[in-house]
Amino acid sequence: MPNSVDPVISAEKVGKHYGHFRVLQDCSFEVKNGEVVVICGPSGSGKSTLIKCLNGLEGFDEGRIVVDGVSVGDPKVNLTKLRSRVGMVFQQFELFPHLTVEGNVMLAQRRVLGRSSSEARERARMLLDRVGLLEHSAKYPKMLSGGQQQRVAIARGLAMDPKVMLFDEPTSALDPEMIGEVLDVMVNLAKEGMTMVCVTHEMGFARHVGSKILFMDQGTIVERGTPESFFKNTQSERAQRFLKNILHPMGI
Amino acid sequence: MTMWSWSAFFEYLFSPFLLYGAWTTIWLTVVSALLGLMLGGVVAAARMSGIGWLEKVAFFYVWLMRGTPLLVQLVIIYTGLPQIGIKFEVVTCALLGLALNEAAYLSEIIRGAVQSVGIGQRNAATALGLTKFQAMRDVILPQATRVMLPMLGNSVNGLLKTTSLTSAISMEELLRRTNLLIQERFLTLELFIVASIYYLVMTSAWSLVQNWLERRFGRGFEEEARLENAEQR
Repeated sequence: MPNSVDPVISAEKVGKHYGHFRVLQDCSFEVKNGEVVVICGPSGSGKSTLIKCLNGLEGFDEGRIVVDGVSVGDPKVNLTKLRSRVGMVFQQFELFPHLTVEGNVMLAQRRVLGRSSSEARERARMLLDRVGLLEHSAKYPKMLSGGQQQRVAIARGLAMDPKVMLFDEPTSALDPEMIGEVLDVMVNLAKEGMTMVCVTHEMGFARHVGSKILFMDQGTIVERGTPESFFKNTQSERAQRFLKNILHPMGI
Repeated sequence: MTMWSWSAFFEYLFSPFLLYGAWTTIWLTVVSALLGLMLGGVVAAARMSGIGWLEKVAFFYVWLMRGTPLLVQLVIIYTGLPQIGIKFEVVTCALLGLALNEAAYLSEIIRGAVQSVGIGQRNAATALGLTKFQAMRDVILPQATRVMLPMLGNSVNGLLKTTSLTSAISMEELLRRTNLLIQERFLTLELFIVASIYYLVMTSAWSLVQNWLERRFGRGFEEEARLENAEQR
């Protein structure tokens, strides 16, 4: 059993390649209980691939990833069991369109955790209330706005009582005016002590609740540090350029 | 000889002999559609199994059944196979031919529909800890069903009419019984019109069932459909 002081996630020298093309190289980091780790970097830098490796949605070729005491790359490991303890939120929400909002939050609770229908419904309604969508329980995802759908997706992940939540660019597909409502939910989660790994370009979020920031470029972690040091004292030229572009896209 | 006999037309419009033929057509369609759907599901699963030889076997099957006429397949089963000692009843031959042929077409429809559900949905199901089987049953198939229903419906509509080919191996369905009457009474036009009306009633009834099914599996997509319609206007 993992000890409570052990990191929830530890990645050691993770590497992945397609033929000669290196997607990830030498990626090492730890996520401790209650930490919010933000991964940022230019597109194509491998950050989405890296976060998908953490719950085995993507395989990797080198190194080792241990999540909640389980070695993800080990072929003998029952990944479905581990995955139920790792919540994940996707850029495109990926709610199940044929199920109601409530049905989305209930499905895996019933199938994977074996909760009864009433138990799962109660938990779903509690979480939907928490993300401010209780009155939309009976609707189908297509009837909701993008921001609302993403909040349902967060509730769906939380319903499994995960050890850690992974966010893969959760606000990148949203209209600008809907980003705030999703970030609010995420900030509250962070403040309640949820362990989180977030691939995001929302530097305000990183600065506000991030425990540490990893900056990736070309498949490697180029720079890492607390938000304080990362924003005030950016070391690498690549990260400086990235921050300049993302914070002041018009050069002003 | 008169040009057109209304009395003969009405005499046969509700003839028990033809009605029974129509009933045979209906159950032939239903049973071979269900068998074809089950076998088609198996073939589709085999083609997407990721197991090399199994995929090749399934591909060969679809290629063979879609590349030869159903009439030829029926005749081979009914009159060809006895030559090597394999003999079935007429009904069995008809069902076998129809179901085997239908399965090949349906497997392609099923495969296309399953593949139309994006990788994102699979990832979401996987990330929640659902097994492959659960993801298929609870997430992929309900969505694929919505996509494939219109095509499945058309296929059944086609099958309803295709059953008439089994008359060639003396299966007593609607067309065969119509032909038998014509040989007796020479009321060619009247009887074929009656048979056509029967087929029309059957295909129309099926359309109603199909519409109901499509609505039933379209839940959660009404908004999308409404928006698409609005855009087209």
